Amino acid sequence: MFVAIPKLPRWGRVKESFFNGERLFDSFPRLLDAFVLDIKIFAWSTPAIIALALLLAIARSSRNPALFPIRIFVIAYIDIMRGVPVILWIYLIGFGVPGVGLERPFNSPLLWGSVALVLTYGAYIAEVFRAGIDSVHESQRAASRSLGLSNSQTMRFVILPQAIRRVVPPLMNDLVSLQKDVALVSLIGPIEILRQAGIDKAKFANFTPYVAAAIIFLMITIPLTRTTDYLLARERKRTSATRVR
Amino acid sequence: MKLELRQVSKSFGSRTVLSGLDLQVHTGEVVSFIGSSGSGKTTLLRCVNLLEPIDDGAILLDGDEISQIGRDPNPIRRRIGIVFQSFNLFPHMSVQRNITLALTQVLGKSPEEANESAKILLARFGLAEKIDSYPDQLSGGQQQRVAIVRALAMNPEVLLLDEITSALDPELVGEVLDVVRELKGSGITMLIATHEMNFAQEISDRVCFLDGGRIAEQGQPKQIFANPTDERTKQFLRRVNFK
Repeated sequence: MFVAIPKLPRWGRVKESFFNGERLFDSFPRLLDAFVLDIKIFAWSTPAIIALALLLAIARSSRNPALFPIRIFVIAYIDIMRGVPVILWIYLIGFGVPGVGLERPFNSPLLWGSVALVLTYGAYIAEVFRAGIDSVHESQRAASRSLGLSNSQTMRFVILPQAIRRVVPPLMNDLVSLQKDVALVSLIGPIEILRQAGIDKAKFANFTPYVAAAIIFLMITIPLTRTTDYLLARERKRTSATRVR
Repeated sequence: MKLELRQVSKSFGSRTVLSGLDLQVHTGEVVSFIGSSGSGKTTLLRCVNLLEPIDDGAILLDGDEISQIGRDPNPIRRRIGIVFQSFNLFPHMSVQRNITLALTQVLGKSPEEANESAKILLARFGLAEKIDSYPDQLSGGQQQRVAIVRALAMNPEVLLLDEITSALDPELVGEVLDVVRELKGSGITMLIATHEMNFAQEISDRVCFLDGGRIAEQGQPKQIFANPTDERTKQFLRRVNFK
């Protein structure tokens, strides 16, 4: 590949506009600065996402017949949020909600973009938690209930602690996706890394800032992914028998 | 009269497991249930603990109908403990926490009080040094003994033992049965579903042979094992090679 590609007829042009060393060094610090906003969005969205997801998963897994309407509502919510691309929700919520005439600071696209991420990722991760809750064997519930613990005590003390432990690896997978999808918020205004790269690209008529942005994303997502794999492997080792060759 | 089952029926889909079963158990009595797999031993115990709702009939504890639909099962479960075939300890909790969880959350004891009860009970059954262990660090026999302690800690009036040695290696059965032997002296009412015929004969005040969702024959262990009158009981005992 490394031998063949440079022989392509227009390689020189591509190299100049995507891999320009001068542009790379010039943009990199600016992009890194802008990336701080991505990290911030990620950092404040994640706890809200996890809280919402847990709430949805618990409501969906409840067995109280009186909560049937809530279960239906939660299922509909999850289906709708997961059935539409994240970017569309960011547009709809990010442009739509401030449009009703909210005053500063409540009309900030940053706020509503983050809300859109929380609402959509909350639905995705709710399904992860639900899978975890379902994976705890029915006999655990029987043991807990037989000791006189209520349904909610059983959920809190017996089911959830086991469920959460099991879903940490898939949860990390979704958080890696979230880390990337944060960049979508740029589409409604905030100057984060992707938008900054776009500005630099336009200013110098050169695509290298995009490559620089990609490198910055990889600096975060690769360690996250490796950690996930490590946790997965450890979980597998813990729960399954000796590995078959 | 302590525990009474009147015409109790239970089906899973089209499969009838209990059909009009009658039973009366006195305070302090030890009653064993024998019978082939699928004869309803486990279902019977799970119904008494209200883990399975019954389809028909009634279950009474001290004359109080506990099987009524819509009744809060939790106060009743405090009085009726159950030990499962597969132990069902909580794997993410230490032995101590397994025992104290319901003491603090259900009975409202203080943590110190609960820990003290756990310590005393564990010592009584030779598990004192396992108090901080986790279930997967224990042998099957130790896990089952902890499960018995967990149920006993609630101080139940009735203890249900559901084939508690069936998941154990043969050499571990003895230590678990020893625990049950010790309990017999304490005056607790016990209902035991078991495949251990010798044990049933030794420990029971009464043995019930289940067949077709009902008690086909019951009586003192000597009578049931030495002179069964029902043809199905005879066949069953022959099949399990009981002499």
